[in-house]
Amino acid sequence: MEKHLFLGDEAIAQAAIDAGLSGVYAYPGTPSTEITEYIQNSPLASERGIHSNWSANEKTALETALGMCYAGKRALCCMKHVGLNVAADCFMNAAMSGVNGGLIIVTADDPSMHSSQNEQDNRFYGNFAMIPMLEPSNQQEAYDMVYDGFALSEKLGYPILLRITTRMAHSRSGVETRPLQPENQMNCPENGRQRFILLPALARKRFTALLAAQEDFVKASENSIYNRHFDAPNKKLGIITTGIAFNYLSENYPEGFEHPVLKITQYPLPRKLVTKIVEECDEILVLEEGFPFVEEQLKGYLELGVKIHGRLDGTIPREGELTPDCVALALGKEVKSFYSIPEIVEQRPPALCQGCAHRDMYDALNEVLKEYEKAKVFGDIGCYTLGALPPFHAIDSCIDMGASITMAKGASDAGIFPSVAVIGDSTFTHSGMTGLLDCVNENSPITIVISDNETTAMTGGQDSAGTGKLEAICAGIGVDPTHIRSMVPLKKNFEEMKKIIREEIEYQGLSVLIPRRECIQTLTRKKKAAKK
Amino acid sequence: MKTDIILSGVGGQGILSIAAVIGEAALKEGLFMKQAEVHGMSQRGGDVQSNLRISDKPIASDLIAKGKADLIISLEPMESLRYLLYLKEDGWLVTNSRPFINIPNYPEIEKINEELGKLPNKVTLDVETIAKEVGSLRAANIVMLGAASPFIGIDYDKIEDGIRRIFSKKGDEIVQMNLNALKAGYEVANQIQKK
Repeated sequence: MEKHLFLGDEAIAQAAIDAGLSGVYAYPGTPSTEITEYIQNSPLASERGIHSNWSANEKTALETALGMCYAGKRALCCMKHVGLNVAADCFMNAAMSGVNGGLIIVTADDPSMHSSQNEQDNRFYGNFAMIPMLEPSNQQEAYDMVYDGFALSEKLGYPILLRITTRMAHSRSGVETRPLQPENQMNCPENGRQRFILLPALARKRFTALLAAQEDFVKASENSIYNRHFDAPNKKLGIITTGIAFNYLSENYPEGFEHPVLKITQYPLPRKLVTKIVEECDEILVLEEGFPFVEEQLKGYLELGVKIHGRLDGTIPREGELTPDCVALALGKEVKSFYSIPEIVEQRPPALCQGCAHRDMYDALNEVLKEYEKAKVFGDIGCYTLGALPPFHAIDSCIDMGASITMAKGASDAGIFPSVAVIGDSTFTHSGMTGLLDCVNENSPITIVISDNETTAMTGGQDSAGTGKLEAICAGIGVDPTHIRSMVPLKKNFEEMKKIIREEIEYQGLSVLIPRRECIQTLTRKKKAAKK
Repeated sequence: MKTDIILSGVGGQGILSIAAVIGEAALKEGLFMKQAEVHGMSQRGGDVQSNLRISDKPIASDLIAKGKADLIISLEPMESLRYLLYLKEDGWLVTNSRPFINIPNYPEIEKINEELGKLPNKVTLDVETIAKEVGSLRAANIVMLGAASPFIGIDYDKIEDGIRRIFSKKGDEIVQMNLNALKAGYEVANQIQKK
């Protein structure tokens, strides 16, 4: 078999193609982006006509993927952890309908928040929806679990949640691939209406079915070759690992384990295996990347059972990703550094690129807002969030995709003036348009800046769903066209930009400003490509 | 063999191109390899690092433990110091000497050199100047790789082969320029190591 050097994300993508994928649906989000990009760049995928265009957001992505599965084909849906909040409505209800063709939903969680606003652990979503979950421990397992995962989804009749974290998504390792499978034929479900129309009377039946399926899911976990018990002599302690935590444990025992180990990579928890290690050991240490998900289940509210160590009792820090070092300390091993970091070493935070259009936008906006003592600027998710840092200090909030517009509206409702929203073009079409309609319906006196760099820049320059259409979208939603003002954010246009911003802040109604200039990263890349 | 390497620099400097050549050479040698990278927000002019592990036995962790790195390769001198907690007692630090200043409170370069001077095993070189001498500023990362090459645990000629494979599409001239860059970096390290 051929061995390839793959990022975890790439292993997932190649496995899906090899397993007969018909479509991937996703919105870019670190650390999940490279899955879809790999499929977009795969000659085999384009030869097969596998769908791989970006979706407007994670909810549209998951619904579209579900539609493809409805038609009997295999679909993959990828998102970063917070994306599943957006897709949660479909996610919870796809667990009610179940699937026809196989569906794998990838959640790429980001503990330690390398590139995110929280470190939520989406295994709780899997439990919440009561569907099976996979959490591979290495790139080869990621490949194999996806390769076999579509068949598992079809056999069980439910979507599978595949949970990875940053160090799996963005770490490379050698992966052996398996033979290419044909795509599924189109094949609509025979009892489709009974399953996919979630009217209360039918939904109750589906819920009964989902509850009944739980035993099958547990059995599948117990029989999974990826959930494995390793025996060892010292039974004073038993160690349960989930996902990549197994690697940090192994790193600390290069000569073999001292204590029995249960490696979990498929959920719901394999009851027999968990019972075995709890019965044979005096105490249990749980090592898991993310929240104390397994730990809480084992511990219970009353803590009546065996003594459990992990993130809840401080054996492992409650926050942040696992490292070989924090696992070593939890095992009572020494961690020793020989050199210290000199005090002169300063932080080097990320910054907007030199020449970036967001810089000119913020410079002009900041200048005008100096004239207003009580101005508040509600920011959003993207490169322009870096406007929070020096030298700009330009925004007052950054909560979730689209929240700039609606928070600015709420603040304005409360009496704040000027109330300004700053949102990027891709974030606007992801989740800003519906909030804009709320503003239109009340002609809210806020100023919305859609800083349009014609791409999804933060994640590396993916296509943006609204490119070339923003004015039409705003007018279509009902913004007065005389208060949709575009401009080119360049130093030479500084005075004109300031004049427009000032006029629209003074206007006692809804305005949308669209500073538009292409991202310099994508522009440079295009110029390079043109030279060749 | 087993070599744990931390690559560091500033977003945009291209530490991953160094990792790519080492990875190419390691894979051809039939070695195991893991390489953890940073993508996303911190790439925008912030500090970036990559953990690269190669071994003739399977590798467990994607991350290197504190005090266990055999080698730090840095494209920026202050960034090389940021990862000292990870360096082995007898590990090597190979760094570009030219600072990349994009923060207002960047320390005085004399102080950075003073700190580098305290380390027993280090190679510092101005990779940009050397790269220009051999043909192109764009070969700076390969000069860096050359300077680190005695400490990687892969034979020099295998690294040369890696460069040939990675740059072959760009023509013989580019391949030769990068081979010269590798050699120029290697010679600096070789002299320092002999002292």
